Amino acid sequence: MENLILNSAASGVFISLAAYGIGTLVKRKWKSALANPLLIAIILVILFLKLSGVEYETYNVSAKYLTYLLAPATVSLAIPMYERMQLLKENYAAILTGILSGVLASLVCVLAMALVFHLSQAEYVTLLPKSVTTAIGMDIAKELGGHSEIAAAVIIITGVLGNMAAEPICRIFAIRHPVAKGIALGTSAHAIGTAKAMEMGETEGAMSSLAIVVAGVCTVVGATVFAGLL
Amino acid sequence: MKYIRQFAVILGISFLGEILHYLIPFPIPGSVYGLILMFLLLVRGILKIEDVRETGQFLIEIMPLMFIPAAAGLAASWGQVKTMLVPACVITVISTVVVMATAGKVTEACIRRQEEGVIRQKEEGVVNQYGKSDS
Repeated sequence: MENLILNSAASGVFISLAAYGIGTLVKRKWKSALANPLLIAIILVILFLKLSGVEYETYNVSAKYLTYLLAPATVSLAIPMYERMQLLKENYAAILTGILSGVLASLVCVLAMALVFHLSQAEYVTLLPKSVTTAIGMDIAKELGGHSEIAAAVIIITGVLGNMAAEPICRIFAIRHPVAKGIALGTSAHAIGTAKAMEMGETEGAMSSLAIVVAGVCTVVGATVFAGLL
Repeated sequence: MKYIRQFAVILGISFLGEILHYLIPFPIPGSVYGLILMFLLLVRGILKIEDVRETGQFLIEIMPLMFIPAAAGLAASWGQVKTMLVPACVITVISTVVVMATAGKVTEACIRRQEEGVIRQKEEGVVNQYGKSDS
């Protein structure tokens, strides 16, 4: 089994696809936020690896091609942004204010919690960039003296959580405007949240894409400032 | 041919993004530079939307799948995360909710105020053309 998977270029991709497919079926049955296709797919793949005894590295020989597509997919986020140019222009002040307040809320929140939990400086800076896209967040954490591996883990968990919680949160806090929903998702849950925003609608997706960029850049600056505050 | 051209354009811009990442000493990944670059090229009209649309939409649609391998790999870095598991979990849950609600609410409030402003401006414009729109 291990050998077959190791020598197959499609197995890892197929396992991931099948897991996501099952996740979508479950979602269709139970309309709960917990029945999130992405979360289910991740759990299924981890279970599959644990039960079959296949090493993660073996699975990743093929599955890494999915990860590879992330860069061109991120670049392609410019397309919905361009198609919603008019909306961006009309609401740029609201959009920028929203993203900036989200970034600030993230940094303040982590600082406050770090004080509550008596985190060390290294742990604190590891969590500071948790709402931005993985590549930016890992670099920030490393730059500031944190653990980039843990930062990556926390960032991915944040994304999946944001992806799951998006609809309930928008409902509870009465966030109804599609522009506001998109900004909320992109600012809090980066690219994984944007994947959800794309499902909600093209406007949500476009705004979420923009939020990845703006929140990412602002966090680079903001996290550096906040790193000195603990 | 269409898909070959579109995929080539998207990968070419991704590559340019990687070059920018290499040249600029700032922790922004190549894909984000690529996103900005493609947006500017589209806005400037150097790139036509037909040059990228279908392939780009396909990539965006399958995007959720691309996070599965990395997330499944979290099981491997479990040992490291375990050391700060409780604070990390609590902080992640609370701050995700706080950030999402703040960003969404503030954006929504600003849009509403702007829309009301526009309506008020129009109404005042009818009553008094020279009147100041803001009091």
